[in-house]
Amino acid sequence: MSHVHDVAVVGAGPAGLAAAVEAAEAGLGVLLIDTAGQPGGQYWRHYDRIHARPEDRIGHHDWPVFTRLRTRLDELAAEGRIRYLPGHQVWLITRDAEGAFTLRVTAATSTSATAGRRSGDADPTTLAAHALILCAGGYDRQLPVPGWDLPGVLTAGGAQALLKGHRTPAGQRAVVAGTGPFLLPVATGLARAGVRVAAVIEANATVGWLRSPAGAVSAPGKGVEALRYAASMLRHRIPYRTRTVIREVLGDGRVEAVRVARVDGDGRPTGPDEEIAVDLVALGWGFTPSLELPLMLGAETAQDTDGSLVVAVDDSQRSSVDGLYVAGEATGVGGATLAVQEGRLSALAVAADRGHPADPARTRRLRAAVRRARRFAAAMHRTYPLPRAWPDWLTETTLVCRCEEVPYADLRRAHHDLGAEDARTLKMLARPGMGWCQGRVCGLATAGIAAWLGGRETGVDDLRPLATRSLAVPVPLGELAALAEETTPAEALDEGGRNGD
Amino acid sequence: MTHHLSFRGVTVAAEPGQSVAAALIAAGITDWRTTGKGGRPRGLFCGIGVCFDCLITVDGIPDQRACLVAAADGMRLGDAEPGADVEPGADFEEAGRTGGEDVARA
Ligand SMILES: Cc1cc2nc3c(=O)[nH]c(=O)nc-3n(C[C@H](O)[C@H](O)[C@H](O)COP(=O)(O)OP(=O)(O)OC[C@H]3O[C@@H](n4cnc5c(N)ncnc54)[C@H](O)[C@@H]3O)c2cc1C
Ligand code: FES
Repeated sequence: MSHVHDVAVVGAGPAGLAAAVEAAEAGLGVLLIDTAGQPGGQYWRHYDRIHARPEDRIGHHDWPVFTRLRTRLDELAAEGRIRYLPGHQVWLITRDAEGAFTLRVTAATSTSATAGRRSGDADPTTLAAHALILCAGGYDRQLPVPGWDLPGVLTAGGAQALLKGHRTPAGQRAVVAGTGPFLLPVATGLARAGVRVAAVIEANATVGWLRSPAGAVSAPGKGVEALRYAASMLRHRIPYRTRTVIREVLGDGRVEAVRVARVDGDGRPTGPDEEIAVDLVALGWGFTPSLELPLMLGAETAQDTDGSLVVAVDDSQRSSVDGLYVAGEATGVGGATLAVQEGRLSALAVAADRGHPADPARTRRLRAAVRRARRFAAAMHRTYPLPRAWPDWLTETTLVCRCEEVPYADLRRAHHDLGAEDARTLKMLARPGMGWCQGRVCGLATAGIAAWLGGRETGVDDLRPLATRSLAVPVPLGELAALAEETTPAEALDEGGRNGD
Repeated sequence: MTHHLSFRGVTVAAEPGQSVAAALIAAGITDWRTTGKGGRPRGLFCGIGVCFDCLITVDGIPDQRACLVAAADGMRLGDAEPGADVEPGADFEEAGRTGGEDVARA
């Protein structure tokens, strides 16, 4: 390891891009690392820039905001003020005695090892920084339902990403189901791409972002956005079915149909089942943050209005860990505009803490914008909660953990017969969340089931054991071995285990 | 220029810039591996590199995420059995002892 950067930013989505540009402009030397091959994160996911066509931009919001940030990134990188490393994932972060952070990175795919490498450089594996801004974003929140592991069932964000990033509609006849406003752009995006969208299946009662006046007033543009989606749904003749859930995904080897039913306010079925023939099911229950990196460093967490575990930060995006700042979805799911504002604010805070004070008026304005956007996000979360009784939808054979193929029956048995009360014990005995994805997909569900079986509301103690991972991503053993050579294997293991706990 | 990839003896076309998963799906192929325990078919799920459902062997390198790998001309997809050389549920320590091309998960 050679150079210690002033600040490392992990993630080049809305939050990380804004943070990296802002920090570099404030005079800091910046390292920016991102899994994806090009910047933009989830919100500005776009077709490979080299092969892009003008029509790829259709359906993209705030695109000029992105292109401005990208231009600044290119310029600052050319000036050597940002070192941008795309196609790489951070899998472990540790801290030395002087407080500097060490980041271990690995190529995201077998073909991305050369991305961002200057000619003659070896592929970087170990990088260092005095301060850290984590902007790792999040992913679709999922609830298991019978048949949800059939090919043809995608996350709503996944269907969107395939369309925006790869121009590929994932099927021909679709339902988009779950809860939240994000179902609407997914449905209309698919329809625009020629997919017949049979219905949007919304578990909650209302499309009303306007129902919660505090939130709607906090984000005036959003009411207009809702109306635009409503108009687009009408134009494409997509039925919007509220208080309805998918009871089962049917098919032999791939999706052929879904069974849907009306539900009450808690998500308990009230009406008869109805079958809809489809070859694509896009499921989304909002988003949940990626927390493995902040948890690895021991950052304090809190539970957000939507029930997700988030990193607790102050009004400058500082976490409870000295030198560690967090921005974007990881501090609470609230959309791209909020992520950009938080990214900027975090960079100004790092700069100030490292002796480059920012214009106080600017910081004040950003803080006010963040507070407003948070109020709006909270109103949205209250409008589109997870149905309280969702575990009632599960059958004995429904897979909760897709990776380890753990059915609901195994979790019930671990609870009833083996006395697993909490999520951690449930995970140890029945092994959900122990496979490739390390509980990213089933973590929330497992925490929810632990609470449900125990007759309590899901809390931080249920969520945290499922969100903690000793490695942020699976890594080739060669890289682990290299780590073991520097430390001793025992230390390396201890490090992973302790930090990951 | 269209890329041509092969998957189990079938030629799959890809537009430059598409991922391996997108090319397979555009060709009507929705699953490309089976699970270790139940032999269940799996393909794309999260689409963004998080779920690892979409694992595939690319030019002989196992366990690549089809949603992240960019399609390239002449690519051979899916020869070895993905995940076959990894202990299911292996933790840091177990995986640390197996060596070779393995992958450690926590
Ligand atoms: C699949 C998906 C699709 C979405 N589509 C839309 C949409 O169309 N419209 C909309 O309004 N909202 C969408 N969202 C919501 C969207 O995530 C937020 O609005 C916004 O992108 C949040 O910005 P962010 O910067 O916090 O995170 P993100 O945009 O998620 O960016 C985080 C970045 O960090 C990188 N990263 C994560 N972990 C690591 C690591 N260990 N090492 C290196 N890099 C890492 C990721 O690859 C990603 O590029 C989508 C979300 C998902 C999950
Ligand atoms: S589809 Fe989830 S990792 Fe590729």
